[in-house]
Amino acid sequence: MSVIFLLIAFSSFVAIMFLAAYLWAVKSGQYDDNYTPSVRILFDNELVKKKTEPEKNKK
Amino acid sequence: MLLETKKVIKEKLICYHCGEDCPDDEIAIGEKLFCCNGCKTVYELLDANDLCTYYTIDEAPGVKQKNDIKKNFDFLDDTELKERLIDFTDGKITTITFSIPQTHCSSCIWILENLSKMNPGVIHSEANFLKKIVSIKFDENETTLKQIVELLDSIGYEPDLNLAEKEKEKSAIINKKLWYKLGVAGFAAGNIMLFSFPEYLSINDLDIDNLKSAFSYLNILFALPVFFYSASEYFISAYKGLKKKIVNVDVPISIGVIVLFLRSLYEIFTQTGVGYLDSMTALVFFLIVGRMFQNKTYAALNFDRNYKSYFPIAVTILKNKIETTKPVEKLNVGDRIIIKNAELIPADSILINGSAFIDYSFVTGESNPIEKENGDMIYAGGRQVGGAIEVETIKEVSQSYLTQLWNSKAFDKDEESNIDAFVNVVSKYFTFVIIVIATVAGLYWFSTDTKLAFNAFTAVLIIACPCALALSTPFTLGNTLRIFGKNKFYVKSTHVIEKLASISSIVFDKTGTLTETGSATVNYEGDELTEKEKQLIKSLVRNSSHPLSKNIYNLFDVKEITTIENYEEKAGLGIKAIIDGTQIQIGSKVYVNKDEESDEINLSTKVYLSINNVQKGFFKVNNTYRPELKKVITSLTNYYKLSILSGDNNSEQKQLTNYFPEKTKMLFKQTPYNKLTYVENLKKENEKVLMIGDGLNDAGALSASNVGISIAEDVNNFSPACDGILYANSFQYLNNFINFSRISRKIILISFVISFIYNIIGLSFAVQGTLSPVISAILMPLSSISVVVFTTLATNIFAKKKGLL
Repeated sequence: MSVIFLLIAFSSFVAIMFLAAYLWAVKSGQYDDNYTPSVRILFDNELVKKKTEPEKNKK
Repeated sequence: MLLETKKVIKEKLICYHCGEDCPDDEIAIGEKLFCCNGCKTVYELLDANDLCTYYTIDEAPGVKQKNDIKKNFDFLDDTELKERLIDFTDGKITTITFSIPQTHCSSCIWILENLSKMNPGVIHSEANFLKKIVSIKFDENETTLKQIVELLDSIGYEPDLNLAEKEKEKSAIINKKLWYKLGVAGFAAGNIMLFSFPEYLSINDLDIDNLKSAFSYLNILFALPVFFYSASEYFISAYKGLKKKIVNVDVPISIGVIVLFLRSLYEIFTQTGVGYLDSMTALVFFLIVGRMFQNKTYAALNFDRNYKSYFPIAVTILKNKIETTKPVEKLNVGDRIIIKNAELIPADSILINGSAFIDYSFVTGESNPIEKENGDMIYAGGRQVGGAIEVETIKEVSQSYLTQLWNSKAFDKDEESNIDAFVNVVSKYFTFVIIVIATVAGLYWFSTDTKLAFNAFTAVLIIACPCALALSTPFTLGNTLRIFGKNKFYVKSTHVIEKLASISSIVFDKTGTLTETGSATVNYEGDELTEKEKQLIKSLVRNSSHPLSKNIYNLFDVKEITTIENYEEKAGLGIKAIIDGTQIQIGSKVYVNKDEESDEINLSTKVYLSINNVQKGFFKVNNTYRPELKKVITSLTNYYKLSILSGDNNSEQKQLTNYFPEKTKMLFKQTPYNKLTYVENLKKENEKVLMIGDGLNDAGALSASNVGISIAEDVNNFSPACDGILYANSFQYLNNFINFSRISRKIILISFVISFIYNIIGLSFAVQGTLSPVISAILMPLSSISVVVFTTLATNIFAKKKGLL
């Protein structure tokens, strides 16, 4: 039965880690802007294409 | 994708850059058409820097280049001013945050984040779409602030340079704190609920009993941060309220939370029970969720702007015949300022040189630009239309005619006080009743069983904790706020909706509020004109830069223009010339008719015409009223006292009577200060005033009224300090908005009843002293959830019925 205490201690530790991760996320500003990153993630692909596509376009 | 775009361009002649209609296909590069040279220039600039991806992310993403004039940003070299604009600098690397109101699509984000391609001095730039800001980090050795601003301006993203906006960051910190508190409370509530499971399932076993007490102590550990951190602001708010002798809703909440916590501690330490820590943490969690829901703000909008954010931060001054720039704040009496086209006059001044047409529409409500002669007084806030002028200031910026308005005490409003909020009125009686019930129950059992008396007393205070009561307002009003936002009516906070529900009187401004900005129509009344005469008129007015002339010029659809002789223009009076031997005169009544007795000395809304000294008739400039005005006013007539305050003359009174009922009070030639006093007097008559205006001249009245709504053609443009910003196209829903805020109040009332029903059920257990932690743990979240579900459903259903969804 005493293994339960160990498990509880361990699960509480994991839970606290998650709380810490959440607090860190808020602190580092991840909740400040919840729209722009969703657009930004698509840009990198476009950047590669850019080198070729407009060139073709001109010709 | 690209091919499709081209097709569209061919058929409709749409500008490749900004997407607006092109007048013809003259301005073009290859197959790409542009509506103006401004747009073409931006395209060329982007093309040269290999940044044409801009056009592939969104179609025609550009911002129309309104004027070709390059703004002068020399003032950004002023060290002191610069220091106030930037966020941080170490001498080499500087970071600055610009507000870019033009941000509107993915392409905007892309171009703003690729500034380094055009200016290598830019190290990093990051856009925030919702807040419409961009943070730029740049190398001082390679570039300057001025160059960056000029770059942004040249691609159509002129930053809104403003010293007043820096304070916004404060609210962001408060918002972050709420996120922390939410996380802590949610974490604790979830874990405590898990640890309380043996209790919920009433498992009785020796081993389990051992565990139970261990769990209880763990629960205390988890509940401590919730009690001392997450719930702290409720205690503070309750304390502050009591200090002012106001029993707000946070008082019964605080009592509930404190009693829950103390009784739980007592039960756990005396090993008489497991306590109610699960209920307590869940309660705090729900309350914070409600608060977050209510705190929805429109980050890109600003509701607190005063004249300072309308005025430029620097002006061009002329000193010893050399043009330099100077921050507006340092402007002295006697400075000579150069005002260029579309620039603002920052302080009351006297015209020294140049032909001035001052557009005061935003400041005084006069709809037509006024012509000034040398030596005339020009008031601050007017906008020059036409060429550059030179003026000499005679007053300081803060002491000018318009800006003096801000010295009025109507602007010294306290921090948003919500004493009159409905929930606080209820909670006053609620708290009193609960304390009475608790005491009576305690006293009743006291004679028979002291332990039971203690149980009953605390149980009443616990179960009566008005969680559902406290949630109904934020959820109803939070939903309403979102529904309004979807209809482009942006309110500052949920308190505004409560105030809107109780208004009894509506005051309208005329220019810009009832009328559409920038679309005056000209009608001709009088003898019929021949084609030849029309041609003459058009040829004549073509020579004048007066705005009224331009309106008349656009009136006739005549292609041919004849050359004129003996052209003569009398400033502020009219123009005349001889064309093909015909003498033609256009101007004020005095000028055209030599009618000395007329009271219309200057050019007003009527422009007279005479040909060969025979009066033919006059041109009448009419304001265009909003298309739905009649409908809106009719829907309001029976319920509210209406009045109109106009800065204009009374020439439109007749027109207005077509729209407004007879009893409407109409006041003309109102100064900004007149408007302010009118609203204050209405309030003294116990009217709840809704003021609707648009300009700086309404700022005083907007501030003094119970609810001040500012109308904006473009919500990103300047709007004076107000409680809500209404998009001009949504003006037609005005009545729906007011009605819906009334419905919201009813929904709150009904949800109060629901929460009371739960309270009564809980109290029936509590007074008998039989409230077990399980019942409490079920009843409290259940009441909260049912209130949240009810308010959300009800607001959405009624919004659909009212056509707002």
